[in-house]
This record gives sequence, C-alpha cells and structure tokens, in this order.
Amino acid sequence: MEPLKIMIVGVGGQGTLLASKLLGRLYMNRGCDIKVSEVHGMSQRGGSVVTHVSCGDRVCSPIVDRGEADFILSFEMLEAARWVPYLRTGGLILTNTRQISPMPVITGAADYPSGLADRIRELGLKLDAFDALTPALESGSARAVNLVLLGRFSRYLDFSEEEWQEAIRACVPAGYLEMNLTAWQKGRSE
Amino acid sequence: MKQLMSGNEAFARGLYEAGCCYVSSYPGTPSTEITEQAARYPEMYAEWAPNEKVALESCFGASLGGRRAFCGMKHVGLNVAADPLFTLSYTGISAGVVIAVADDPGMHSSQNEQDSRWYARASKLPMLEPSDSLEAKEFTKLAFELSETFDTPVLIRICMRVAHSKSLVETGDRREPERRPYAKDPSKYVMMPGFAIRRHPIVEKRQADLAEYAETSPLNQIEDGRDHSRGILTAATSYQYVKEALGDRYPVLKLGMTHPVPAQMIRNFAAEVGELVVVEELDPILENECRTLGLSVRGKDLFSCLGELSPNIIREKLGDGAPSCTALEQALPGRPPVLCPGCPHRGLFYTLKRNRLTVFGDIGCYTLGATAPLSAMDTTLCMGASISGLHGYLKTAGPEAASRTVAVIGDSTFLHSGVTGLINVAYNESPATVIILDNSITGMTGHQQNPATGYNLKGDPCTKIDLEALCRAAGIRRVRVVDPYDLEECDRAVKEELAAAEPSVIISRRPCALLKYVKHAAPLAVDTDSCVGCRSCMQIGCPALSFEDGHAVVDSGQCVGCGVCSQLCYFGALS
Repeated sequence: MEPLKIMIVGVGGQGTLLASKLLGRLYMNRGCDIKVSEVHGMSQRGGSVVTHVSCGDRVCSPIVDRGEADFILSFEMLEAARWVPYLRTGGLILTNTRQISPMPVITGAADYPSGLADRIRELGLKLDAFDALTPALESGSARAVNLVLLGRFSRYLDFSEEEWQEAIRACVPAGYLEMNLTAWQKGRSE
Repeated sequence: MKQLMSGNEAFARGLYEAGCCYVSSYPGTPSTEITEQAARYPEMYAEWAPNEKVALESCFGASLGGRRAFCGMKHVGLNVAADPLFTLSYTGISAGVVIAVADDPGMHSSQNEQDSRWYARASKLPMLEPSDSLEAKEFTKLAFELSETFDTPVLIRICMRVAHSKSLVETGDRREPERRPYAKDPSKYVMMPGFAIRRHPIVEKRQADLAEYAETSPLNQIEDGRDHSRGILTAATSYQYVKEALGDRYPVLKLGMTHPVPAQMIRNFAAEVGELVVVEELDPILENECRTLGLSVRGKDLFSCLGELSPNIIREKLGDGAPSCTALEQALPGRPPVLCPGCPHRGLFYTLKRNRLTVFGDIGCYTLGATAPLSAMDTTLCMGASISGLHGYLKTAGPEAASRTVAVIGDSTFLHSGVTGLINVAYNESPATVIILDNSITGMTGHQQNPATGYNLKGDPCTKIDLEALCRAAGIRRVRVVDPYDLEECDRAVKEELAAAEPSVIISRRPCALLKYVKHAAPLAVDTDSCVGCRSCMQIGCPALSFEDGHAVVDSGQCVGCGVCSQLCYFGALS
C-alpha cells in the first residue's frame, strides 16, 4: 500500500489515544505494517498532546515529522493550527471547531486567536472544520467526540462500514459500545 | 498471531516468554507500563517497590532464590539504584537478572536528559538497545540468556519512542527454566574488600568475553547500501529514523548491543565505507568508542546532543533536505500541562501562594504548582529533595527563613526517598514545615499504588502505612491533617506550623480527583448577576474556569464541583 501518515492532536484527556488505537486496529486488520507513537506522563495533564500513526508496507520511524502528515485529525481548533507545519503538501486537516482555552488564555496572559479556520485556509491548505461536540452530546457524552471525528474521517479513508465496526467493537468497552457506534454514525453522515 | 503492542507491553511479553518469575519496580515515565503489563500475567510475581534501589536489591535476592528477575525504571531511577548496580556487577547473579532503564530524550516527562549508556560503561555491564516493540520482546529473552551465560545483570535501555510506540509483535510461548538451587558462596556474594578484590578481575574478564561475543552476536547487524561513500553507525530509534530518512542509500551498522561494542566489526565496517557517521541521540558515546578505536568519525558535529532526533534532521544533514511545510504567521498561545479540575493540590498551592512562601518542591503531578498562575514552587531537583533541601536552607538562610519556607512532597515520593530527609530534619533539628500532599496514589505516572494506598500492584488490599505514625516515629511531634478543599483550614494550619519553633508535618489529604472511586459533586454554576468580573476565582488556574464577556464561566463538562473557586468569590456568584 501507499504509505500513510496521520497525526491525531488535541488536549490531554480528550480521548486521542482511543482514536489512535482504533486506527491502528483498522490498518493491522488490513495486514499493513504500522507504528503508533503516543505521549504519556506529564504532558497528558490538560496539555497539548499528539499521537502519530504511520502505516505502509514497511514503517520505520514511529514519529511523523514536519511536512509529512497526509492527515491531521484535530480535536480542538487551536491545536489544529499549532500542528499545521506537520501537514504535507496536499494533505488535509480535519478538525473539531470546539475551542478549549489553554492556561495562558485563562489567566489573561494571551488571547485565544480568532478566525483560525480562515487563516488555515488562507495558507492554501485543505481544511474540513466542523462541530463534533454537538453530535457527541446527542450520542450521550462529550467523551464521544473522538468517535464523531473518526466517523467523519472515515469518509476520507478506504474502509468499509463493517471494517470500522469491527475495530470499534474491538477497542471500546462493551458498556459504551452503543454510544460510540451512534457517535461514529453521526460523524460519518454529518 | 501478530499484535500491535507498545514497546513496554512487548517488554512485559518478553519477560513472560523468558520465564521471568519476579518483577519489582518503581513507576517512572516512560518505563511504568512494563511492570503494569507484567502484573497481568499470573505466572509472574510483580510488585511496586518503594524505590528503585529497593527494587533492584530485591531482584538480587530473587535471583539467588533461583528465579529470573526483572526491575524497570526511568533514567533518573537508575541514579537511585546505582549503589546496588555497581556491586551487582561484581557479585554477578544466580538466575538471570535484567534491568530496564528508560531514557527520555526531549524530556517529555522528566527533569533531565541524562544518557543511561554511561551507566553501562561505569558499572561494566552489558547493555542492549531495542529499536521497536518486536526487538523489545526478543532482546528481553536474549538478555536473560546472556545474563546467565556471562553471570551478569544485563541492562536494556529503551527510550520514550520505543516505550510508548506501538508496532507489530509476533508472540511466543513461555519457557520457564528450572529453579536454580541456592548455593552459599561468600567469595561471590559477600562484597567485603578481601572478596571483592578477587571479583574485580572477573568483571574485567567478563567485559572482554562480552566484547568478543559482540563481534558475532545477532544483535549487531550490517545492512548494505547503494552508496559506500558514507557508512552510518547507529542504534535504537536513531536507526529507525535513519532508515525512514535514507532507506538503503548508505550501508548501516546497527548495534543492538551498545556495550561492549564490537570493535573489529566497527573497524571492518569503517574500512568498507568512505566517511563514517555516527547517528545517536544525546551524548557522543558510540562516537567516542569509534575515536578510541582510532577511527575518523563524524557525529556530534552534525547532530545535537540536545533533545530527540527525527527523520527530518537526518534528511537535512545526510539526505536531500526536509520536505517543505507551512505555518501560521501569528504566534499561537502555548498549552502547557495543568493541574486537573478538582485536583486536591490546587487549594494547598493557592494557600502557599497567598502567604508568599518560599517552597521547596519535589517530583510529581504537583510540580505543576510551579506554573502560572499558582507559581508556588521555588525548587525541583529530584525525588525527595524537597525536605532535605529545606533542611539545609534553614541552616543557612537566617532566622526568619523558617517562618516563610516550606517543603511540599507527594505521598509516593515521600515514601520513595523523602522519609530519610524527614529523619534528618528531626535528628539535626531544623524547624522545618513539611507538607505531604497525600492524594492516595502515585499520580503523574498514571495511578500506581504505593505503600500509603492500602493496595498492591495487583490491586489486592494490603498493609497500609500510617503516614502520621511514620512521621511521629521519625521524631516529628507536630503532625496534623488538613483537607486541601478547605482553604481556611489550610491557611490556618500553614500559619500555625510556620510559627512553631519545632519541625512539623502537615498532611494535605484528599484522593486524586481522577480516581474512579472518587465521587464528584455537581458542577458549579455562575450567577452572572452577582459576578462582578473581579477575576478573583481565576487565581487558582482551574481549567474548568474561563472568563468571557466580563464574567466567569464554568465548563460544566470539566468542573467536578470541588468548590475551591467558590471560596474565593466575595460575591457568592459561584455555587
């Protein structure tokens, strides 16, 4: 297969790790080589977090570097803007439009930048920005934002609905399966 | 069947397949999950020790008891375990002993960027370095074989990008060696001078034997390349970056065993290529090995000893340059990690800030108390250093210092190496005020049990250490407990203990808000009619609070109803 590099970015605690686990499962089931690099520890505490997912016939580096990402899947608007340099020419950013204020904004030391989506588009980059929180809340929880995003993302990837459902069943605790499947469907059809 | 495993999961799988029976570690990012995952195999006994030194010493005992033993730690943990490490090199082992040390180039979750490869050289022990999850598993199994063949503990160094990266692993079955019966041998295991002096030549001979083994070991491999004008010597994740950036352009000598190095193999490789380049993260260790062999080599003149390497850095120095990329012109606000909503440390740090105290800090989630807007920490050095640092400070900083200086330390860190500092405070009589932030868990590394939680690694109830009694037994007469959600109580306790002429301990006790058993109150709401926009509540840096259109806003998705902010509101607008 053509090598594919995806970055999943967001704020610690938003559920980015489940998203990377699910993507890893999808590509593993396809028989691809795959590497997923995560960040644990201090930076998880509400900080900016990033997960790298790379797949292909042979994957060497566990990390995606600047100018390499085919897709950036972002859980938050400012984080989408922050990781723009990692997008390759012709790549696509898919982002939740939700804004979460970082501490410098909360303390008044900085302002949350306005018009970020327009600025990203002005750079000539492909951007798919949408509100993933509302469909997540309709599915039962703000925590389902990750599945809403993955549902939307599924429209850009060549996997069948059955393949996605298998991966979701394999990665999500049984008690939350229905909610997550609903969230994924909402994302896919939004 | 292939499975997608992190390096740490694969490491644990390697322990299982190698027939390891004893695992003892202290948590430390990025090593923690090796031991957590090992605990999921019922065939292996696994425990959290109070610190790395205890863990490694207990592995020595487990080895003498006849079973393969493992101990894992982060890079700075090996500093704590260095004392037994250096002499374990002399005694050797009975059943195999493997020690994992996890470095953190880039300091994703650490206080320094030290390179553990120095330890292999200083302690004269073999060191293996896997470059992905499959190697983490296979090298672990081989390490036990080497340990028993050469009568030595074996170090395996991983870095954060191996520990926390997932790749495909083919699993195998467990093979448990027979128990090795204990045989009394003081000349090997009692390291007093008369015996130790006869062990040193054995250590040197073992180094030579291992160096010979390295020449033909499957751990070290040459991969040919199209262009012999340059050859690359590399190891671990740097190898993966080289292959990603350059493919099979240049020949590569990949070392899976980085101490001792295969001298002849490196010489032969150098003779086959034009320019020899060493690609390694952190210090120029393999580069220095090459220079010692009299080889002309490039390395740190191209690659920094700061932070992580990446494919683009290698493309820029040895390839066709990094791909183009773009960025927004405008500077974006950073998003540093923060104390969580409802974090019990927040109220206590607010109290310290309000009283304008000098704070000797320590290692844990609560180190985030140093960040704005709380900014209530003056020092962070290493595990346990808050209490001992405060003691020294009070001996030199003048008589007023005792009334405006405290130490803060977490429950797990206190038991790791803070308690010895407290004994020093009592014994050598400094009027220190020590605050133990008891959140009933080892928090930063992801919720590990410790001797103060009442549960062991497997989650079973066990003996729970009594922190108050421990402090009293150390010689501290003034010991009191406060609830950090109660700002008035915290303020009173801190003022009273600072005024006392003798040492005291305040235990700030409330479980971490992220623990599953902690019940949260309903989220607070802002009465916008009462809120005058004074920003008083914003002083505590709670991520659930923001400020919009002239008044405070509570994010009900994040707020856990701890009520600390409402105690700061003069107008009763938060309830």
